Amino acid sequence: MRFSGFKVFKEAVTGHKGWKPLWGNPEPKKSYDIIIVGGGGHGLATAYHLAATYGLENIAVLEKSWLGSGNIGRNTTIIRSNYMLPGNQPFYEFSMKLWESQEQDLNFNSMVSQRSIINLCHTDAQRDAYRRRGNAMHLSGAGGTLLSQDDLREMVPFLNFDNARFPIKGGLMQKRAGTARHDGVAWGYARAADMRGVDLIQNCEVTGFRIEDGKMLGVETSRGYIGAKKVGVAVAGSSSRVMAMAGMRLPIESHVLQAFVSEGLKPTIPGVITFGAGHFYVSQSDKGGLVFGGDIDGYNSYAQRGNLPVVEDVVEGGMALMPMIGRARLLRSWGGIMDMSMDGSPIIDKTHIDGLYLNAGWCYGGFKATPASGYCFAHLLATDTPHETATAYRLDRFARGYVIDEKGVGAQPNLH
Amino acid sequence: MLIPHPLLGLRDAQEFTYYGDAALMNRPDPNAETAEADFCDYVFLRDNPAGVHRELWFHEQGDRSWLVVTRNTVTHEILSAELATDVKSRGAK
Repeated sequence: MRFSGFKVFKEAVTGHKGWKPLWGNPEPKKSYDIIIVGGGGHGLATAYHLAATYGLENIAVLEKSWLGSGNIGRNTTIIRSNYMLPGNQPFYEFSMKLWESQEQDLNFNSMVSQRSIINLCHTDAQRDAYRRRGNAMHLSGAGGTLLSQDDLREMVPFLNFDNARFPIKGGLMQKRAGTARHDGVAWGYARAADMRGVDLIQNCEVTGFRIEDGKMLGVETSRGYIGAKKVGVAVAGSSSRVMAMAGMRLPIESHVLQAFVSEGLKPTIPGVITFGAGHFYVSQSDKGGLVFGGDIDGYNSYAQRGNLPVVEDVVEGGMALMPMIGRARLLRSWGGIMDMSMDGSPIIDKTHIDGLYLNAGWCYGGFKATPASGYCFAHLLATDTPHETATAYRLDRFARGYVIDEKGVGAQPNLH
Repeated sequence: MLIPHPLLGLRDAQEFTYYGDAALMNRPDPNAETAEADFCDYVFLRDNPAGVHRELWFHEQGDRSWLVVTRNTVTHEILSAELATDVKSRGAK
């Protein structure tokens, strides 16, 4: 079933009786060539690229709950490629390019909307830092525009420009950044993978790995043993728990990040805006809700819910940035579990176990990376070599001293 | 969250700064043959369990003591808290 304008029209006049489920619900086979553990955005994107880009068959995705039940449905939907370090920037720009063609590639409306991101600066020093970052972005073709206060007053007049403590001096804008419908991304990849013969197996929790002589044989699951030549783990949030079953300790702590949405409002915020003096980012969904978030709670957590001090902190950031937000009522807040890595950057690599591959450590930036993460992890699984944009994401970079620390805070995960 | 400070009673967790796994109290021997690998493990690798976790909290806006707090990372329930100096002097992990 392909989606098209004609199909939508035809269904509209024939009572919407021709729509079919987007993916099947197969029984697991005895064995697969490649098993992806984790049916979230990254796992589904990996399965899609294994089949579509690398032409492989006999692939399964194992998901302990329903597809997209983790962080792909819990984030604040921002896509951007405004990174600075050489190990990161080309990767995220590759991801941005994949976002731009995603809807056509997947034949699915993931509502990619390049409505721009503006990072505000509040001091001259911060403007200098943004100028440097903007130049780094230009090196990978991501683009970037330095905005003056006058530019901003015209574009986003509702900001608190003359805040006594944090006056807004300007900003760095990436026009190609924006938002995407987060669940739609998971559904799009799931459908596209299913159409190419990938088995999407839900309610199937991996409970152990069968490893002999350092070689991966298969996985024990809640639905029985399934053999596999290669296993790729993409379960960010729970990476430490899953990899512990293979006897590995990771450079990761799990932390909870909260997100918030207000009641639906008329269009008011044009793109994504981030506060430079605190940690606060906001955009407006197509439905009208203000979607915003801030810092992680800062202590190890697997609870998928946070505590009130961070709610207060996030809302204070919002009030300092745009006092009008105080008139909006909060509709919902929720939490997701982040793989906070020791340098704030992800891991896409083989492990010391032959046939076991790891995709982890996305901190709170995994959503924007979904397309490239899937592409690069599929490349690694298919060719046993890292994709050219992901060569820095090695697991042994910590031991070798090649950390990718965008924030420069060291091995303290709750500060990244 | 409220942390049961052994000297000060229940204190708001906001008064504390979180550091991480209490195993960080046990610094490896820098003169050991395996010091490089030991320190790499010490600095970068974590058990990161889902469930009971012993962790270091610093009472920054209080009496500036370090506590070892035992907490469930799945429920956020705090099971106990003791002074890190007491833990250290006991020689326990």
